[in-house]
Amino acid sequence: MRRVFLALGLGFLWAPILVMVAYAFSDSRSPYVWGGFSLRWFAALAANERLLEAAFLSLRIGAAAATLATLLGLLLGWVLARHGPFAGRPLFGALAGAPLVLPEVVTGLALLLLFVALQGLLGWPGQRGAVTVWLAHSALGMAYVAVLVQARLAALDPRLEEAAADLGASPFAVFRTITLPLIAPSLAAGWGLAFTLSLDDVVLASFVSGPGATTLPVYLFSQLRLGLTPEANALAVVLLGLAGAGLLGLSILSRRGRVETPPSRE
Amino acid sequence: MIRLGAWLALGLLVAAPLAIVLGMGFGSVAPGVPPVRWPIGPEGWQGSLEAWSLLFADGYYLDAFLRSLRLAALTASLCLVIGFGMALGIASARPGRQFGLLALVLLPFWTGFVLRLSAWVGLLRDSGWINTVLLSAGLIEAPLALLYTEGAMLAGMVHGYLPFAVLPLYAALMRRDPALEEAAADLGASPFTVFRTITLPLAAPAAAAAFLLVFIPAAGEVVIPELLGAPDSVLIGRAIWGEFFQTRDWPAAAALASALLAVLLLPVVLYQRLARR
Repeated sequence: MRRVFLALGLGFLWAPILVMVAYAFSDSRSPYVWGGFSLRWFAALAANERLLEAAFLSLRIGAAAATLATLLGLLLGWVLARHGPFAGRPLFGALAGAPLVLPEVVTGLALLLLFVALQGLLGWPGQRGAVTVWLAHSALGMAYVAVLVQARLAALDPRLEEAAADLGASPFAVFRTITLPLIAPSLAAGWGLAFTLSLDDVVLASFVSGPGATTLPVYLFSQLRLGLTPEANALAVVLLGLAGAGLLGLSILSRRGRVETPPSRE
Repeated sequence: MIRLGAWLALGLLVAAPLAIVLGMGFGSVAPGVPPVRWPIGPEGWQGSLEAWSLLFADGYYLDAFLRSLRLAALTASLCLVIGFGMALGIASARPGRQFGLLALVLLPFWTGFVLRLSAWVGLLRDSGWINTVLLSAGLIEAPLALLYTEGAMLAGMVHGYLPFAVLPLYAALMRRDPALEEAAADLGASPFTVFRTITLPLAAPAAAAAFLLVFIPAAGEVVIPELLGAPDSVLIGRAIWGEFFQTRDWPAAAALASALLAVLLLPVVLYQRLARR
């Protein structure tokens, strides 16, 4: 019974993906007609300069946004887990969690209006583009990182840090040598999550980007409105392969690391 | 010091943008770049209620709100039911298999949002994969109108949001104490009774959180209705998008976004309560 449900659910998730994967290898110009096996769409993909340019821009913005999101998320998660019931804490928590749930169309419009207002008041950021997309994606990602960091900090054994402090380590040394290594897995997971969110975002980027900076999802969205091409199928296969390889690597790493998981209170 | 920095980050990247949206709802359209007059200028208050009165002028936007909330509730319910079944299936699989099953849930997610939607377009359109198969099998005479319908939109929404329901439910099910269910079974409860009286109540807070985690963003969804939905079925996310990008009426977009925020305030607060447990 449980297995049937799981199989049906996975079937629903995978059916459109598998059809897309199959037709990526079709020789036909129409993406819905089987024209015999061919790799021509992968070659076309590799030769599509606008798409590659958009993909590289997305990767750069994604890495930069994930990094800033991790730093800010660490800050937020730290305050949420360690600062107790300070004044304004409910507001702080609500704001920290807001980007996590709010519809993207609201966040996107809000961030765009922020940049327009800043432009009017300070004359910055000038042309909207990669920098504004980077900040918008960081704002989204930091909320996710904060949740992960807060949960990890709450589960840590406080005696580890207390012991280091008792032995004379400065607060910064305690953080650097004890806390940081212990929360590193959540920081890594948060970075990965923020990177994925940035790489996949259409709505925020559409709002806050300018004419010069088209990210991959925005490019694909505009193409898809004009009509599907078999190149999109080929790209899906490439991305699926990369994600699959990444997950495989992660599973091998986590299997190896299982022996040395840091102690927790649970 | 640290807290000040955190407040600054939240103030600049979350609070200020939301406050500006609320304010812009009282601005007015003006020629120029940007195409608006802010409600507060050098001469003080110069706001107007134009955008808000447009909102209440006729039933158009009210309909859009109701349609969006209905679609979001339907999407969240389906995700909850399917996601609960899948999470139970994964949680009761052998421990060695669970990572692989979770990966199978997440992998379609990583093909990219837009490409997944393009797969649905390919499946559903008149010359698409489903119609091609049915036509060549002789089951139908003319292509079925599948794309640009509420059903297509719903399929795309559930497909897109399902992982958001599966993951928190799986986490909640893994946290439960198996001894409780075993005790109930030992005392003679049927599997269904165990499920109804033990498993379900234990997972209820997580289920409510999963429902809201899908419902809230789904209520403002833009891209899925844009690519799969009927052009005349206006949803609130699409209305905001259209006012901003097509009509270039920023105050109207801001007023609509403010109204959406107001409608979602209760679900958001509820979700944050549940997530904190």
